[in-house]
Amino acid sequence: MIKTFKRGGVHPPENKISRNAALEQLVPEGVVKIFTSQHIGAPAECIVAKGDKVKTGQLIAKANGFVSANVHSSVSGTVLGIENVADYQGIKKPAICIQVEGDEWEGSIDRSAEINRDLSKTSEDILAKITEAGLVGLGGATFPTHVKLAVPKGKTAKAIIINGAECEPYLTSDHRVMLEKGEELLIGVQLLKKAVNADKAYIGIETNKQDAIDNLTRLAVNYGGIEIVSLKPKYPQGGEKQLIKSITGLEVPDRALPIETGCIVSNICTTFAVYEAVQKNKPLFENSITITGKNLKVQKNFIVRVGTPLSKLIDAAGGMPENTGKIISGGPMMGRAISNLDAPTLKGSGSVLFITEEEAKRGTKSNCIRCSKCVAACPMGLQPFLLYRLAELNMLEELKEKAVHACIECGCCLYTCPANLPLVDYIRLGKTRAMKLIVKPK
Amino acid sequence: MSKLIISPSPHVHGEFSTRRLMRDVIIALFPALLAAFYFFGLDAVKVVCISIISCVVFEYLIQRFLLETAPSVNDLSAVVTGLILSFNLPSNLPWWLVVIGSLIAIGVGKMVFGGLGSNPFNPALVGRVFLLIARPVEMTTWPLPSMLVTPDAVTGATPLAIIKEGLKNGLTIDEIKATSDYTFGYLDTLFGQIGGSLGEVSAIALLLGFAYLLVRKVITWHIPITIFLSVVLFSGTLHLINPDKFIDPVFHLLTGGMILGAVYMATDYVTSPMTHKGMIVYGAGIGLLTILIRIFGSYPEGMSFAILFMNAIVPLINKYMKPKLFGEIK
Repeated sequence: MIKTFKRGGVHPPENKISRNAALEQLVPEGVVKIFTSQHIGAPAECIVAKGDKVKTGQLIAKANGFVSANVHSSVSGTVLGIENVADYQGIKKPAICIQVEGDEWEGSIDRSAEINRDLSKTSEDILAKITEAGLVGLGGATFPTHVKLAVPKGKTAKAIIINGAECEPYLTSDHRVMLEKGEELLIGVQLLKKAVNADKAYIGIETNKQDAIDNLTRLAVNYGGIEIVSLKPKYPQGGEKQLIKSITGLEVPDRALPIETGCIVSNICTTFAVYEAVQKNKPLFENSITITGKNLKVQKNFIVRVGTPLSKLIDAAGGMPENTGKIISGGPMMGRAISNLDAPTLKGSGSVLFITEEEAKRGTKSNCIRCSKCVAACPMGLQPFLLYRLAELNMLEELKEKAVHACIECGCCLYTCPANLPLVDYIRLGKTRAMKLIVKPK
Repeated sequence: MSKLIISPSPHVHGEFSTRRLMRDVIIALFPALLAAFYFFGLDAVKVVCISIISCVVFEYLIQRFLLETAPSVNDLSAVVTGLILSFNLPSNLPWWLVVIGSLIAIGVGKMVFGGLGSNPFNPALVGRVFLLIARPVEMTTWPLPSMLVTPDAVTGATPLAIIKEGLKNGLTIDEIKATSDYTFGYLDTLFGQIGGSLGEVSAIALLLGFAYLLVRKVITWHIPITIFLSVVLFSGTLHLINPDKFIDPVFHLLTGGMILGAVYMATDYVTSPMTHKGMIVYGAGIGLLTILIRIFGSYPEGMSFAILFMNAIVPLINKYMKPKLFGEIK
């Protein structure tokens, strides 16, 4: 049975043109720049100095507090120093620069292709390995994984939900991982289950990836307690709250965490990274990135070392196509526009998307005709047309009252608006401003 | 290298635009338009053209010279208003009344409130009701479709008016049906062999357009279907209580611009509620009021008044019929 969430959502053209490009390793060369802050929380503290020799997978910056994550070298070579480097958006942040020399890995990392099926580790061992490996959520938010897996006192985790929806148009890296690393992924799921003492796991996959559903369903026979759930292709199917609703029918209460429903959601790439961290001792220093776009010469799904300059990825995919209007990190619905092509990749980078000028163009805004398409499209049950107006007028009290905090900024309202109103732009602004008025309920 | 665009997400936009939605409404009205031309001939062509042209011209002039804003006739909303207004007029209406109706529709119905999106009432209905109250004789002298025209009958009453008149004279429904020239066959009303406004006569053509609007996702089923259901329920109950005094619900559905109103006028975005829940309340209200006016009011037809009345209540409906917040704590 195909499951879905009922309220709201849109279905933009899927454009999964890179779906058939097998994962491909991109060889590191030149200089890599690794940010000390690639996660939500405190930046990691650098523990190497200029001139130090480092190996691939060596710890170079230590987590600074609980909500923080370790950072490892993605290459072997010499540390050139710590510089302020501009990121995708051109904002300068401290990064450790390393001159690449060969590719010598830390001895503790198991580089064999053999699958390690040993599931005897205890919950504490698994969590310790995940913390050590500097894992962060690779779905976009980059929240440290060990924090997410720390179940609050008094709550129990009943189920792990793996987000294989990949509901954003264009993106295919999760899809490739599900096809090529199926068994590793399932072992990762078992490890996550064990880490939080849950006895059930679901992997939700949209039916536009039937081959991935078939592959994982076939493999899951050997692993108990994993259910592959077919999901209707609909955006934002992979939104945390929507995914829980689709699969379990439960709604995460307003202003509460998903654990209230007994579920912990993890992304496909994160789950694969859990496998590598726990079974292979491999820290998070590389990730899969989709390079795609209608006019791009070759579609690619790369495995890229963290800190590789974007321009290198673009060159490897045949260079920047003609009439590119916009380059996006992430999907077209929630990704961010890139302004700096020299910026290094991050742990959480999932894709580089080239949008043509035509696609990138926003129409001129006209009067709201109160067609209510935004209300019908909002997956959170908000009234975007109203929030937009209130945000425009900076009416913060009213915004708070109309539950602006619940907005997940998915962009469905703007996508569907016939008057081209910048709905989510203003709502985002209003939400940020109104947040200071919003206090948690007792 | 050309400059890259930097703007917040989402980076792609859907297929909808105001112009496309309006164009779809025009396309949806095409079958009914052809039916009108077929039944009422050149007169209908004249009324439709005058109405559309004057609506567009008035909108342009008002925006350009009175409001001094950039004219937005390109969005086709004035064409839709003109088209729907003409559908609500008898085909033999003098041309100058059509022009006045258009001026009221665009000027008073729409522009005084600030143009598209701000008007509380359906502009075409404002124009129509103005004409109905100001010139009741011209507005209720219906030409008969060409095939019903006999040497001594070129104009006639609508089926609803015949029933109303008959009931006033103390006849039962069956007696009215037996004595009237009009056949009261459902097939006739379905295909348009009745007297009436030029756009309302062919139910089948209007329903064809309804299907098109649904397929193109211009409107949802909520408003039209709840109107139909509420009409059937209410008039059906009355019919069951006393079939001599109250005609059957199918007759109510197929006459008096019921389909035109429910599909094309009650669903006007600007003047209908924002949530599906609200739309159901609104639709039910329109159905109920229409039957109340038709049966107990002094006018034989109640659709226009019912829609305008419910338009006025829309802000109240919006206030109470809010969408349910995801994960709302009770």
